[in-house]
Amino acid sequence: MNWSAIAAIYRFEMARFFRTLAQSFLSPVLSTSLYFVVFGTAIGSRIQEIEGVSYGAFIVPGLIMLSVVMLSISNASFGIYFPKFLGTIYELLSAPINFIEIVIGYVGAAATKALFVGLVILATATFFVDIRIEHPFAMAAFLILSCLSFSLLGFIVGIWAGNFEQMSLVPQLVVTPLIFLGGTFYSISMLPPLWQTITLFNPVVYLISGFRWSFYGIADVPIFWSLLAILAFTGICLAIIGWIFKTGWRIRS
Amino acid sequence: MTTILSIRNLRKSYADGFEALKGVSLDIEEGEILALLGPNGAGKTTLISTVCGITTPTSGSVTVGGHDIQTEFRAARKMIGLVPQEIALEPFEKVWNTVRFSRGLFGHGSDNARIEEILRKLSLWDKRRNSIKELSGGMKRRVLIAKALAHEPRVLFLDEPTAGVDVELRKDMWEIVAELKLAGVTIILTTHYIEEAEAIADRVGVIDKGELLLVQDKDTLMAQMGKKQIEVMLTEPVSTIPESLSEHNLTLNGAGDSLIYTYDTHADRTGITTLLNDVAQAGLVLRDVQTRQSSLEEIFVNLVSGEPA
Repeated sequence: MNWSAIAAIYRFEMARFFRTLAQSFLSPVLSTSLYFVVFGTAIGSRIQEIEGVSYGAFIVPGLIMLSVVMLSISNASFGIYFPKFLGTIYELLSAPINFIEIVIGYVGAAATKALFVGLVILATATFFVDIRIEHPFAMAAFLILSCLSFSLLGFIVGIWAGNFEQMSLVPQLVVTPLIFLGGTFYSISMLPPLWQTITLFNPVVYLISGFRWSFYGIADVPIFWSLLAILAFTGICLAIIGWIFKTGWRIRS
Repeated sequence: MTTILSIRNLRKSYADGFEALKGVSLDIEEGEILALLGPNGAGKTTLISTVCGITTPTSGSVTVGGHDIQTEFRAARKMIGLVPQEIALEPFEKVWNTVRFSRGLFGHGSDNARIEEILRKLSLWDKRRNSIKELSGGMKRRVLIAKALAHEPRVLFLDEPTAGVDVELRKDMWEIVAELKLAGVTIILTTHYIEEAEAIADRVGVIDKGELLLVQDKDTLMAQMGKKQIEVMLTEPVSTIPESLSEHNLTLNGAGDSLIYTYDTHADRTGITTLLNDVAQAGLVLRDVQTRQSSLEEIFVNLVSGEPA
């Protein structure tokens, strides 16, 4: 393992994050506050408790996941797409590193940034609602796994994308609908039976359900399935990246 | 001399059937400067990209310092530095950080003294805290060289290092290359500028349509393939070349006041003395005589066009 190279990529990517620390910090605080004002206060006051949890507190895990997933994808896709766009990828390809090391560097940095923002949102939420975390280790595991797995997805998107429009295509057209329809702002038990069944095909449901379980001990689907879903998703992303490395698809001519 | 880079029957074909490299073989000696000349699309950049690991070869082998670029890619790539043709730099990054990043990428720890030495050598020390976007084009090229040298490579590839730069910077680049050679770095550069190859290379390779047409010592190449001409200028113009001078295969210039004689500098007898005697005997009066040797550029053009030099 070329640990120096991994550290160099990680440090380089984190430097980009720290250059815009104010935006990185303020943006999630602001958007979370807005969500609480709109959903928690304006709409939430008209919604009763869900399975013993106030609506404001109920949406916290979903809100964290929403930002973490979107940021993981955008950070990682931007991280690898930017060198492709600028042409600086020549340096990565000619360096004595393999693709596993490249992925660890970029995905590690993207996941770290998303994790940081996730924790900022959690901290912000405590100013608006009472939050309890019944299973802190499970919460940390779900959060970290989500950051990593969606950063892997973002890395794939960044490799695949041929322009900036394509890079925003997957987050906007695929991931955003899946998150909003994945129980971020509601329990799927609130849906009609047919939609409950359809929703079970949405992988994000398992993610948010598991994450919410780690907070309040309530879940839409059994925790085992949530864990299995996030592990399976990570495995699929790793398999695709493995194939990209093997073939040099969209990287090496 | 030790061979530091060995290329054997290197081929690169693309999915559309285009053959960018058609079995290139080349040995490069340690410490030399090799200039690769060739027109656009000749395969120069593909050759460099393949050796550096950016492009995967279709067949053939390359070793750097005895290390195969595919099976021992880490050891091979550690020995190589690459300065690309295009200016490819992260615009918001600081000069110091980007050079440190390159060093780390090649497995070296951050060595501030070494980075300082490189930046000073390339006149970048004063700009170390500047963002890349604040630098001029010439300075950016220097940053590219600094990045390529950050891990102390033994072989440096310069892909069109002076393309689009002004004369002053070009001279600076040549000085940098000369200094690197003194430090023992082997340099392979591609260029469009024949004068660049003439000025700094030890050997010259000519590549066209994916084939290496020749690789030769620069001076030998010019001596072997360079023809020399003598121009005999007359006081009075003539309409035709006198019959008595026909065996010299002379050509008459447009104004009729100069006779051009082409000869081989390496022949036992150049025929100059006989020519001048015959000219005098033909009753022609000389105004002046001057000689001219073909440049590397003419040799290159002739090779690529398939005509004899």
